Amino acid sequence: MKRLSRLRRHHAAGPILLIFALFTIGTTFQVASAVNSESPSVADRSVAIEEGKQIFLKGCSSCHGLNAEGAEIAPSLIGVGAASVDFQVGTGRMPMADMSQQAMRKKPVYTPEEVYALAMYVASLAPGPEIPTEEALNYERDGSVAEGGELFRTNCAMCHNFAGQGGALTQGKYAPTIMGVEPKHIYEAMITGPQSMPVFSDKTITPEEKLSIIKWAKAAEAEPQLGGAALGRVGPVTEGLLVWTLGIGLLVGVAVWLAMKAK
Amino acid sequence: MTARERVAGNVAGYVDDRTGAAKWMKKNLTKVFPDHWSFLLGEICLYSFVILLLSGTFLTFWFDPSMKEVVYDGSYEPLKGLKMSAAYASTLDISFEVRGGLLMRQIHHWAALIFMVGIVVHLMRVYFTGAFRKPREFNWIIGVGLLTLGIVEGFLGYSLPDDLLSGTGIRIAEAIIQAIPVVGSYLAFFAFGGAFPGEAFIPRIYTVHILLLPGIFLALITVHLMLVWYQKHTQFPGPGRTEKNVVGYPLMPVYMAKAGGFFFIVFGVTAFLGAVASINPIWLYGPYTPAQVSAGSQPDWYMGWLDGLVRMAPPIETHALGYTISWNILIPGLIVPGIMFTGLALYPFIESWATGDKREHHLLDRPRNTPNRTAIGVMALTFTLVSLLNGGNDIIATTFHLTINQMMWFSRIAIIVLPPIAFVVTKRLCLSLQRADRDLVLHGRETGRLVRMPSGEFIEVHEPISAEKAWVLTSHEQLAPLELPEHDGAGVRRPGALKNKIRNRISRAAAVAVPKATETERRELEGHH
Amino acid sequence: MTNEIELIKDPGLPAHVHRRADTDPKAAALAERQVAILFALSALGTLILIYSYIFIKDDVFVFIPVLGNTNVHQLGLGLGMAISLFCIGAGLIHWAKTLMPDEEVIAQRHEFRSEDEDREEFVKTVKAGASAAGLGRRPLIKRTLGAALGLTALPPILLLRDLGPLPGNDLSKTSWKKGTRLVTDPGDRPIRPEDLEVGAVAQTLPELAPGKERHLDDIAKDAVLLIRLRPEEFNLNAERLSWTHEGIIAFSKICSHMGCAVALYEQQTKHLLCPCHQSTFDVTRAAKVIFGPAARPLPQLNITVDEEGYLVAGAPFSEPVGPSFWERSS
Repeated sequence: MKRLSRLRRHHAAGPILLIFALFTIGTTFQVASAVNSESPSVADRSVAIEEGKQIFLKGCSSCHGLNAEGAEIAPSLIGVGAASVDFQVGTGRMPMADMSQQAMRKKPVYTPEEVYALAMYVASLAPGPEIPTEEALNYERDGSVAEGGELFRTNCAMCHNFAGQGGALTQGKYAPTIMGVEPKHIYEAMITGPQSMPVFSDKTITPEEKLSIIKWAKAAEAEPQLGGAALGRVGPVTEGLLVWTLGIGLLVGVAVWLAMKAK
Repeated sequence: MTARERVAGNVAGYVDDRTGAAKWMKKNLTKVFPDHWSFLLGEICLYSFVILLLSGTFLTFWFDPSMKEVVYDGSYEPLKGLKMSAAYASTLDISFEVRGGLLMRQIHHWAALIFMVGIVVHLMRVYFTGAFRKPREFNWIIGVGLLTLGIVEGFLGYSLPDDLLSGTGIRIAEAIIQAIPVVGSYLAFFAFGGAFPGEAFIPRIYTVHILLLPGIFLALITVHLMLVWYQKHTQFPGPGRTEKNVVGYPLMPVYMAKAGGFFFIVFGVTAFLGAVASINPIWLYGPYTPAQVSAGSQPDWYMGWLDGLVRMAPPIETHALGYTISWNILIPGLIVPGIMFTGLALYPFIESWATGDKREHHLLDRPRNTPNRTAIGVMALTFTLVSLLNGGNDIIATTFHLTINQMMWFSRIAIIVLPPIAFVVTKRLCLSLQRADRDLVLHGRETGRLVRMPSGEFIEVHEPISAEKAWVLTSHEQLAPLELPEHDGAGVRRPGALKNKIRNRISRAAAVAVPKATETERRELEGHH
Repeated sequence: MTNEIELIKDPGLPAHVHRRADTDPKAAALAERQVAILFALSALGTLILIYSYIFIKDDVFVFIPVLGNTNVHQLGLGLGMAISLFCIGAGLIHWAKTLMPDEEVIAQRHEFRSEDEDREEFVKTVKAGASAAGLGRRPLIKRTLGAALGLTALPPILLLRDLGPLPGNDLSKTSWKKGTRLVTDPGDRPIRPEDLEVGAVAQTLPELAPGKERHLDDIAKDAVLLIRLRPEEFNLNAERLSWTHEGIIAFSKICSHMGCAVALYEQQTKHLLCPCHQSTFDVTRAAKVIFGPAARPLPQLNITVDEEGYLVAGAPFSEPVGPSFWERSS
């Protein structure tokens, strides 16, 4: 599974990298100066935008409006950026299965290519946070696990728990576990602030610091059981449960055997 | 006489010449202990206490109880280079640099949890069987003292590593101290050597945790056991068992082997838990700093009910004349627990006062035969359980897809509504069990065999129960309610009438029972058949 | 009537039933073997422990169902120890149950109460002793002794005085002063308003004077949370609104209930939740308590920008931060 997802990421990496670079350049600088070398990719992008628009009209517009302007039940997507779409649709949160609940991570409905197209379409409506490139996501190289842990505990642990297992918010909402979440999606969540989550700006938590957080999360995910069964890594509640069941259960079991007359 | 016997005899003689121990030992080696699994619950506590002393001593060899800041340079990568207290760093070292250190830490912590579970289930056994009655009231009070100290000792123990979770716990403890009217902030500053967190608290609680409280524990446990020894153990009712005797196995060799063996069992089970289940993984929590907190910050279970009470407390503070009283902290943090523990400690006296029963009791009650006491016990347990559940409401909410707000409101209502319901239901249940006992004695056991009568009707064959069983089901006393005078001969209220009225009321409630079966009734029924 | 009712009688201790091992030498031999096997298993457990201690490195992991990817060194030590101890216990108990005498013994209880003569004599002795000491006859001695003994209780209390300084107004002060910059925690970087998008939060501390170390005691009072909303989302009075800056509002992160770090901000509902006891604060209404045990809003910090455009405190906190205490006036 893991390998598969890595492969998928790898596939998408090339085009994303290229088109992302173009997109930034295209919106900030004069497009004309670079027309010659990049025109096929710009064309690619406009193809993606067009494809994205079709997917959007079919799958998203009933809630978010025909022009992504939002409606009573769903927010406007103008200016949310490609990163937001990539996170929401790429983690399967959108489209939502059940409006009454918080959008949950589930198997994505769209293929990576479709997600990309959707992201390009929404990004074309107004500028917003962009999907980080593979190069910008090299947390193994650019992150520090200890610093990441400290940042995580200050900025994230109060919702996502000390080991990234998630926790309760008000009125039935919850902060999901970050175990098994792709680095790209963790990054996008930090810069876009999906659902209840606030935004963590690049100035208050720098991109390098964000990579450190990701590196720490990945280390926590990979950490083997140093002291035996982890009991969910949620603290003393499960420990208490275990001692009241297995612990005292074993001891009372032996006590019953001890006090039973032998045949 | 073999050579070995000669040597043993010489040694024994040498000791006895100087102590006269032989006389005492002779008598006590044949001391009789009744056998029942529930009599081993107290032993679980005793043995886990020994395990705590052993594993705790091991931990002290490496633990550095200092809040001085150090930079971590151990083998656990995710914390490398971070600033932390020496206490936290040395706990990491025990976990990762000392071979067997993590195992010992886990054994120590599991043993502490088992110690507290043991105390609670032992207390439940003593309570529900009435083993606290005269002459054992002193031991009951010592037991309640051990429970209270155990909670404090456990809290101090898990606070020592100075990790993010336990530091949050200390922060809350500090807030409780600070909330005490008039002297609160002074007490907090004395306890912490200044402002929270300071650098004094962990070294101080270390001394309390490893010296002061264990010393008090040792003294109390010794007295507790000496009293058990001297007063002889209670026993369950049964054939041949009376208030005047004790039936069981002699200390030497049977009980010694069983009790000695059970020590190894408790140690073995604790080591098993230490081997297979992670407990208090402080390296995941990170070092304490007041600006951080983790979702789902809970104390250990024996403090969980207290945290649950604090969570559900109403948001009330009084501000008057320039002073503040935090009822939202005082009520759940000090007043309610104070009432609970005082009531627990005084229960034997309250019961004997209310029922007027001042006699010695060595035969235990079957819980169903004392419906009032059993119902009060279940009521108190219900109260504690609701608080405990609320102490983990966030974990429960995320696990079962509830909301913390629902959980909190459920607890706020349930803590008032459920205990009385538990009382009524338990009392009813006890009475119907009494009725079942009566039927069993009078009509015998249902065999499941159907027989067709000549008249064509089917009846189920009932088999009379054994004489032993019948005795067990009927040997209990059924006390008549008190009838203390409330008025004198002329119908005028006597002094103390109210007190007598209350006692009469309670004792009437306590005396509600299904009349137990008698031999006379049995015979009458036989005559009918 | 009552004397006519006959109660069910105690049939007496039932006759002893022999175990198989009591009558059948084969069963006894089997039990003996079982006990010996348990003791041998215990020895094996000790060997596992020793082997794990010496030969298994602590970086070896093996996947075990239920437990997960587990450290073999730790597991070997623990299971070895568990087996060695548990099997000794099981062996001893099995031995006691199957091979040691299992006939129940009856011992008589003795009355705890002393004989009446003993009690009387005790009272007499005490009285005689007391009168010999003459306590009753010499009230001066009795009173002075009582006073002296009472007074000796004071020194231990007095000697504890130096456990800590007096609180003074320490609980009411923080490091925030007019013009103190807000810097990121961790990182210590100053923040400009434009660094925060709408919906963003930042964990901050007061900027340190150069060369100064940050102490936990200070963090315990100084930690501040910055939140940026759309200005129109605020529902504040004029004064509190003036404490915000371009939609950025700052609160003490130290819970007004019991001092946990309240930083659990829900961007959509604009609620702050304390993960310790679930007090919920409404950011748009100056952190008014809307749920849970906290009785007071989180103190709001007046913020503005300095001439370089960095966020600074416009004034110190107007009230003490953190949990309540007796001397707190509001």
